[in-house]
Amino acid sequence: MAASDRPHENAVDIGILADRTRRRQRREKIVTHICLLVGILIFVFPIYLTLIGSTHDVNTIGRGDVPLLPGAEALHNYTQAWAAGGGRYMGVPAATMLTNSLIMALCVAVGKIAISLTSAYAVVFFRFPLRMVFFWLIFITLMLPVEVRIIPTIQVMVDMGLTNSMAGLVIPLIASATATLLFRQFFLTIPDEYVEAAKIDGAGPIRFFIDVVLPLSRTNIAALFVILFIYGWNQYLWPLLIVSDRSLETVVVGLTKMIGTGDQQNEWNVIMATAVFALLPPVAVVVFMQRWFVKGLTETEK
Amino acid sequence: MRKKVIFKGTLLPYLLLAPQLVITAIFFFWPAGQAVYQSFLREDAFGNSVQFVGLENFLDVVNDQTWLDAAGRTLVFSGSVAALALGSALFLAVQADKHIRGADVYKTLLIWPYAVAPAIAAVLWLFMFHPNIGLFGRMLNGLGVPWDYRLNGSQAMLMVIMASAWKQVSYNFIFFLAGLQSIPRSVLEAAAIDGARPARRFWTIIFPLLSPTAFFLLVVNLVYAFFDTFGVIHSLTHGGPGKATETLIYRVYVDGVINVNFGSSSAQSVILMILVVALTVIQFRYVERKVHY
Amino acid sequence: MATLTLQDIKKSFGATAVLHGVDLDVQDGEMIVIVGASGCGKSTLLRIVAGLETETSGEVLIAGQSMKGLEPADRDVAMVFQNYALYPHMSVFQNMAYGLKIRRMPKDEIVRRVDQAAALLGIGHLLQRKPRELSGGQRQRVAMGRAIVREPKLFLFDEPLSNLDAKLRVELRAEIRRLQRRLGVTSLFVTHDQVEAMTLGDRLVVMNAGRAAQIATPMEIWERPADTYVAGFIGSPSMNLLHATLEAGGGAAILDAGGLRLPFADGPRAGAAGRKLTIGVRPEHLRLGEGGLGVMVELVEPLGGESVLHGKLADGTPLTARLPGARYGDGPMQLMLPPELLHVFDGETGKRIEAGG
Repeated sequence: MAASDRPHENAVDIGILADRTRRRQRREKIVTHICLLVGILIFVFPIYLTLIGSTHDVNTIGRGDVPLLPGAEALHNYTQAWAAGGGRYMGVPAATMLTNSLIMALCVAVGKIAISLTSAYAVVFFRFPLRMVFFWLIFITLMLPVEVRIIPTIQVMVDMGLTNSMAGLVIPLIASATATLLFRQFFLTIPDEYVEAAKIDGAGPIRFFIDVVLPLSRTNIAALFVILFIYGWNQYLWPLLIVSDRSLETVVVGLTKMIGTGDQQNEWNVIMATAVFALLPPVAVVVFMQRWFVKGLTETEK
Repeated sequence: MRKKVIFKGTLLPYLLLAPQLVITAIFFFWPAGQAVYQSFLREDAFGNSVQFVGLENFLDVVNDQTWLDAAGRTLVFSGSVAALALGSALFLAVQADKHIRGADVYKTLLIWPYAVAPAIAAVLWLFMFHPNIGLFGRMLNGLGVPWDYRLNGSQAMLMVIMASAWKQVSYNFIFFLAGLQSIPRSVLEAAAIDGARPARRFWTIIFPLLSPTAFFLLVVNLVYAFFDTFGVIHSLTHGGPGKATETLIYRVYVDGVINVNFGSSSAQSVILMILVVALTVIQFRYVERKVHY
Repeated sequence: MATLTLQDIKKSFGATAVLHGVDLDVQDGEMIVIVGASGCGKSTLLRIVAGLETETSGEVLIAGQSMKGLEPADRDVAMVFQNYALYPHMSVFQNMAYGLKIRRMPKDEIVRRVDQAAALLGIGHLLQRKPRELSGGQRQRVAMGRAIVREPKLFLFDEPLSNLDAKLRVELRAEIRRLQRRLGVTSLFVTHDQVEAMTLGDRLVVMNAGRAAQIATPMEIWERPADTYVAGFIGSPSMNLLHATLEAGGGAAILDAGGLRLPFADGPRAGAAGRKLTIGVRPEHLRLGEGGLGVMVELVEPLGGESVLHGKLADGTPLTARLPGARYGDGPMQLMLPPELLHVFDGETGKRIEAGG
């Protein structure tokens, strides 16, 4: 962008000005790079430190001599974390916790998408009594996060015998206003003519849903899947409340239980290896599906 | 936009809605109703009898100095988290939106922390700032700063704020970047030709155009700081030392789950629900206005 | 292939009446074009025939059978939409085959029909493409193909050419006409373009404000428009409509502007002296000549072989003339109105008044 807001008396002035501008632009570019690198450092360094920590033996970390280069204990630490767990009370193997987290995240994501698709389809493509009432009932659940209704929700779970079960972990989290809103928004953009063409072709509502609406929603489903997978994986308060059976422990909750009050004597090497396990799947999903994810996020929340 | 072409069907739409509605009714409306109901009841110390006490639970809550302290703390905490997370995200988004080499790599590297659970973010910060095993924790102590967030309340607060904000930056970054990219290039070019320098362009053109995004994010960040940071606090400080990091939501958890005081916990829940509703309404009001303009 | 009969079709959306009772008889194999300005109810009429809208009263009969209460799928009609409505995730083949697949037609029969239709339309090489990889004209052909493979009783066209550029529109117009003749399928074609209507239809239905203003062959409509609306709508530039009064005896009209006397060549009109009339004359029927109508020309549009002149009469009434050649300038001019080519309408109702009537 040229600095052209000054009257130029002659060619020499312009030459100097252009030179100065070019130098300023180069300087600005360098500053931008530095700012971004510092930003990235702040985000990457904690992970780096954790990765490094997970390759040293317990005493190195316990002493506090955290080196900045990898050690030789990676295999040992990760094997122990995977197969046996760690922490002072010999916790749950990461393999178990990761499986639980994976099942929970997948079920939550798939379940939310499934019931949101069908309910949005009903609201958009049909007219029936109480349609808008139902829509608003779903809509206002936006305002009721788990956190504000902890106690009575646990009571419901206890009454239904759903505590300490995978079903209990998943089902209550499946209802989703955001996903329903997203699909409703998208369905409204499907041209009326598709429905009309389908009617003339002889397709009924269920056929139209399967043959036309679902394929057209692919992108939205993929985007939402990424967000909901992470949502399910990262649940904290809910598993903490619902599950006491440690064989159902999810990795996020399990990890903080391993740390406890943060004693120096913890098996920090195993804890750090577990932290890496806990981080890896959702981060991988975000990085590999970045395009879907960004689109999904910015569209869901608007 | 309204669809005018629809399918006929009487039973089918209800069947399609049923799963969502059943789950919503059982796990959202029933418990929320229970929370409201229980907030008007009180159980005696042995759990033998329950009586209706009207607004007494609410009065107890708002007259309780420790609750008011928690409220004040929540305000400081949420304000700091939102300011920190929004400010740094906006700064980074503006940098990443410039035409520089490697912009896409920068973006990817700034987006991924979205995937980190709040509780995990807390653990990562613990690894860095633990007074005994953390690199920076030891460094601070080595420099003569008595650093131990497990004993010092202000340091604990600082830790939960930093960890919570750290986790939220990438979310804000994504939205600010999307907002920046939706500003028509021609508007910026017009400003450049009008003679506005980059800094001036930012404050007079870009920032006003981003303000709807910023406002939306402010609400989201406040809600995040109120509720989602439970994991950060629970895994890092357990509300301590003392009550130094006990926010309102943590308090609900302590009173309800640990102290099993249903009445008070429910009353607190109801107050929080009203807060969320208010925030959501403000947000939708604002979004509506934005649509008109 | 079938006949189509509409009996007194009425339609209201809430309190707004869109159709006020339309009657129409379509012969087997006939191409009927429904033409009118936007909002005249022409699309609604088509959608009622398709079964996409339900008529408020009246009846649709296809091949003599009442369609009351039947779903679109059960009416055996095919439709070509304005924006084509091709399913974006299906290939051309799948789009064309979809309706047949739903009707559980054997696979080899589907392939045979699609190939045949594709060959007919010259889109055989596009069958595996997705709609977004096609040009506008190709999409249009696929949309036609989807209708053709069904071998329906009735083709319904809802402004299928209006999303295309002018050149392509002319090309496809001719193609649709050829195809329709060749297949002999009874067709309803909705358009707002009067040139399209004139060139495509065996007969036209000119719609105005929810009524069929005139149903006739294109030439009949052009030569004997039923009222001033039809007169002004069909033909380009539009017919000049001038206020006049009937002379005693009904043998001539006196123009309000300038008092020029216009004798009727085909015989006197009924009515008392001073009856209000509207005289219509097409721009291309005006000729230069002394002792004619005095016009002040304000704008000349040369079109090459001929010119369109825009001017005003003494009282300010605008007048358009289309004259051969290109040597015209602004300024006063005298124009003759040929008596045998005048159209006479009632000044109040706008209805055509025939000689002796």
